[in-house]
Amino acid sequence: MNVTSRRIMINKIVLTLSGMAALLGLFMLAWILGDVAVKGFSAINWQFFTELPAPPGTIGGGLANAIVGTLLMTLTAALIAVPFGVMAGTYLSEFGRETALGKVARFISDILVSAPSIVIGIFVYLVLVKPMGHFSGWAGACSLAIIMLPVVSRTTEEMLRLVPHEMREAALALGAPYWKMMTGVIYRAASKGIFTGVILAVARVAGETAPLLFTCLNSPYWMHSMNEPMANLTVVLFNYAMSPYDDWHRLAWGAAFLITMAVLIANITTRLLLSGGKRRLS
Amino acid sequence: MTDGNYHHWGDRLFRGLTATFAFGVAFLFLALVFVLWRESRPAIAQFGLSFLTSPTWNPVTINFGALIPIVGTLISTFLALLFAIPISLGIALFLAELAPHWLRAPFGTAIELLAAIPSIVYGMWGLFVLSPLLADHLQPWLQKCSGGLPLFAGPTMGIGMLTAGLVLTLMIIPFIASVTRDVFLMVPVHLKEAAYGMGCTTWEVVRDIMIPYGKKGIAGAVFLGMGRALGETMAVTFVIGNAYHLSWSLFAPGNSIASTLANEFTEADGTVYLASLIELGLVLFLITFVVLGLAQLWLRQGQQGGGKG
Repeated sequence: MNVTSRRIMINKIVLTLSGMAALLGLFMLAWILGDVAVKGFSAINWQFFTELPAPPGTIGGGLANAIVGTLLMTLTAALIAVPFGVMAGTYLSEFGRETALGKVARFISDILVSAPSIVIGIFVYLVLVKPMGHFSGWAGACSLAIIMLPVVSRTTEEMLRLVPHEMREAALALGAPYWKMMTGVIYRAASKGIFTGVILAVARVAGETAPLLFTCLNSPYWMHSMNEPMANLTVVLFNYAMSPYDDWHRLAWGAAFLITMAVLIANITTRLLLSGGKRRLS
Repeated sequence: MTDGNYHHWGDRLFRGLTATFAFGVAFLFLALVFVLWRESRPAIAQFGLSFLTSPTWNPVTINFGALIPIVGTLISTFLALLFAIPISLGIALFLAELAPHWLRAPFGTAIELLAAIPSIVYGMWGLFVLSPLLADHLQPWLQKCSGGLPLFAGPTMGIGMLTAGLVLTLMIIPFIASVTRDVFLMVPVHLKEAAYGMGCTTWEVVRDIMIPYGKKGIAGAVFLGMGRALGETMAVTFVIGNAYHLSWSLFAPGNSIASTLANEFTEADGTVYLASLIELGLVLFLITFVVLGLAQLWLRQGQQGGGKG
């Protein structure tokens, strides 16, 4: 075999392998989503959304309290993390491009985005759960907020940077002070991008389990306030999947289906909203 | 652009306020490290550095060493990188160079959606779907082919180090692949065209132009995936087996730092037990901090002056 045909053959082999790797990725996505859909969908019925968990062996039972708990904690987390993150992102984009504080905060945000969430759970346990003496929905929401925060601040920074210079100059030339320019013009121009960033951050924490294990724990009952242990979908999923009961496994698949669908719909919608814009990982 | 009218009191207030929140992010990080350190002092005082090297983890005799969880974390991460790096590079190459243009965006999205699936769903799928398959098919086959290699010895239960590594592989592929794709796309077109013009094949362009040009970015992508794998909790807790012993076999159940924390933290009674778990968390956080810090550094250098490093 001469040199040229060997080179062509090696090229063909590598390109085939590359295509196979891509197909493998697609296949795994379809496999996992398919299993979750098939096993989870059969568990979804009216009772699943309306009833409390039943003891093993009893017919029926649902995860109503866990669904409400997850929604409540995720919403509270967003209410804490979004204002905080948008303000921090504003500093990074507007004032802190070259300052020491800006560089440090940006670096730390980037690290916290990928930091192990279970460690954040331990941190919140130590600063909230231990002093308060009990697990609570507040502590769960705080740990989710800490996970959301760096995502929101970095997305805000990127989205504010995408707003053209000319818009700032136009507003400033009209005599608007900087804060007025930001609130009246720049935030509005970037609102779509920031909104999608927030949705992606919410989608990410909605599936988080590790930080909730030590903060809000779990509960088989309806919550009366955020100040008590709270049921939530992911921890229930964990407990049920690890249990030996088939009924509970079925409910766990149902919970997995619900969470996965919500997260995927949020991801796909925001991508469509932002199509043409910069793609980024959730 | 920051030379607007700063003398306006509202502007000073606005700038001060945003700076406070940015400082808050940095403060949160410092507080995290400080609180973990403070609360793990009982364990640090009692075990010192031997905490990191002792293989004993015994709540009854209150004797704790982190060697087994640390080794488990490293082995499962190593396995994940071993499988994920070639696959991710293949996917990135496909997305950046080979796929027809109309296919690139939807295919890229599909790969990134792998990152959106919650980790607990990966864990559950690994436990109920993947591990029975491994136990019945892949593991017996590996044992037969390897001819009694200690790496594949022992009963084929389906859960253990190998399964954890495989599930982690799936979870970090989207991160490594999509960042590497972006790195490939940043290679200047004229460099690639010059090489093609000389008669290089696609593979030669990748090997001699794109990979050398983007090596820092690719290293950053790999370390990003590594950071993810080191700290991954729920997926690993489902499939690693949660047992405290060191074994040469990849089929044997083990433990990782994160899975130990997930399993034992709420059940820990006694100051030293809890402090040991917190110290374990601190160790994990510091390891991931270094790995993710390097990842960010390389990714940034790769963006600024690709190829010069």
